[in-house]
Amino acid sequence: MTFPSSTTTDDAADSVDATPPAGSDPAIVGRSPGQLMWRRFRRDKTGVISAIIVLAFFLIALLAPVISALYGKDPYSTYGQNQPGLLNEYGYPIAPNGGMSGEFWFGLEPGLGRDVFMQLVYGIRTSLSIAVIVTVITTVVGVVMGITSGYLGGKTDYVIGRVIDTLLAFPSQLFLIVFLPVVEAAIVLPEEETPVWLRYVSICIVLTVLGWATIARLLRAQVLSLRTREFIEAARVTGASPGRIIFKELLPNLWTPIIIQATLALPLFVGAEAGLGFLGVGMTEPTPDWGRMFQVGVNVYHSDVTYLIFPGVSMLIFVVAFNLLGDSIRDAFDPKTKR
Amino acid sequence: MTSFLARRVAGALVILLIISAITFYLFYAIPRDPARAFCGKICQPETLALIRHNLGMDEPLFVQYWHWLVGIFAGREFVQFGECPAPCLGYSFATQEPVFGAIVDRFPVTLSLTLGASVVILAFGILTGMIAAWKVGQPLDKIASASSVIGASLQIYFVGPLLAFYLVDTMRLIPRPSYVPITESPVEWFTHLMLPWVVLSIIFTANYTRMTRSQMVEQLAEDYVRTARAKGMSNRSVFFRFAWRGAMIPIVTIFGVDLATLLGGAIITEQTFSLHGIGELAVRAVQNTDLPMLLGVTIVGAAAIVLLNIVVDVLYAFIDPRVRLS
Repeated sequence: MTFPSSTTTDDAADSVDATPPAGSDPAIVGRSPGQLMWRRFRRDKTGVISAIIVLAFFLIALLAPVISALYGKDPYSTYGQNQPGLLNEYGYPIAPNGGMSGEFWFGLEPGLGRDVFMQLVYGIRTSLSIAVIVTVITTVVGVVMGITSGYLGGKTDYVIGRVIDTLLAFPSQLFLIVFLPVVEAAIVLPEEETPVWLRYVSICIVLTVLGWATIARLLRAQVLSLRTREFIEAARVTGASPGRIIFKELLPNLWTPIIIQATLALPLFVGAEAGLGFLGVGMTEPTPDWGRMFQVGVNVYHSDVTYLIFPGVSMLIFVVAFNLLGDSIRDAFDPKTKR
Repeated sequence: MTSFLARRVAGALVILLIISAITFYLFYAIPRDPARAFCGKICQPETLALIRHNLGMDEPLFVQYWHWLVGIFAGREFVQFGECPAPCLGYSFATQEPVFGAIVDRFPVTLSLTLGASVVILAFGILTGMIAAWKVGQPLDKIASASSVIGASLQIYFVGPLLAFYLVDTMRLIPRPSYVPITESPVEWFTHLMLPWVVLSIIFTANYTRMTRSQMVEQLAEDYVRTARAKGMSNRSVFFRFAWRGAMIPIVTIFGVDLATLLGGAIITEQTFSLHGIGELAVRAVQNTDLPMLLGVTIVGAAAIVLLNIVVDVLYAFIDPRVRLS
């Protein structure tokens, strides 16, 4: 992927391909692909709004303790059980709309009576941190495997290719829930309580093992087409080492697909992590987790549908914003691609 | 055709053999104490000893795998537990039943769910896509793109209960989702599964609308369509007899890829509506750390995907005359 390497400095128009009006300063400066991408991105309204929303989610996750201190509640206290008059005898909030009030902004969790707003805010931390960790590791593994496979070719390529095909062909949701207990059984016996950190690590491991194939396949295809290009051949003829070819010649051309793929993968991992929580195999109590909020929500929606709506709408906003951001980044990096 | 099928089935069997070997290895080698892990949450020492004896835990792994493979064709006998008849994929010590039987019992639920959802996705997605292509207009196109972004971002466990709350609890328009065997009452089978089908297909349908539309538009610009038009073929015939076939080929390919995701979605849908399908079986097995059951479910899931991919390949030949199956 090559970008026009120079353009005009026309601050007023702030556009990439506009030609300067005759008479204006004709100085031509070079702009890096990154700068070009940034300029294109800034003009994309959907992208900018999505980016702000996504950033807000990350900020909320980072600032959860601050929000908790300002709001005066924490995600663990069972307010509904501690204070009389909040939950009825069946454990449902007495106040309408799931107990929403000035004190409990998003209402109370049926049964335990914890604060929904705090559950949501701290839940973002769990989901986002797992998604970010898994995205980073899968991207690194996927890049290494994809480049190895595409660059070496031959038998290595065949083996890695078959592994990728197999991983992509099978229902990852099923494999996720199946292999989670297997990974945990490596460390704990069934009668022992699974520590929270272990569940966290095994979720990351299983998501990574099942998640690296998509990006690896994409990069493999890219490398296969790049490695026959003239500049790689030229590098090889001049005696460049494989390390130099990979890091200095191939990798700079791969950043675009890598970044796009990582942006598209992150919301998928948020969804997958929440899916695990929903199925009852995700993060365990008392760690706040969106997936487990859905699990509770599905059990109580007959009587208290409000409890389900908060995590549902939050997640919808996050995933839509992140998907749109991914599309915008793709458009900004590579305006030629057709969607 | 026959030789194609024979070759594909042989290939599928080899793939399944490899997958079963890897899965078996993971299940028997990774846990700290496999027999203890197979025993479930609460385990008596006598039961544990019996399990060790029955699975031949003191033998090398490949011997255990061999016993497992032979069991699929010849059945196995589990001392003190019971018979595990011919296609024996293992014995669930936690629920005290052969794994294969438990899966077969729940198979119709998952099959009904995924088949019905596939019909909804393909019928509705392709239909709306064709309409959009027929009247290439900006509004419909934009609606399709927007709803495919939102549709793909929706979560089954959010939309499912929400729709159930409004359509079942509040408005009482449709019965509460459950599984009624089709042999018992086809009408009730249909009405009770309606909501799960719709919910499971929501995340896919809009995407198929968009793909069908763009494929149709692309096909209508092809030379053979122009030739047909030049011959004087009517617009409708060009659309429904010519371009349609060309547009379906990539759709079928993508649907083949989506099948695995659909099966994954089925697990969540089953859990959302408390349908007792294979997904629910797997989730319960995870909660009980019932590893033999999970091993069986994995193999059956893999086999289902391999089989469905063969079906998709055969479908190609019907849609695209250029594809030769030999």
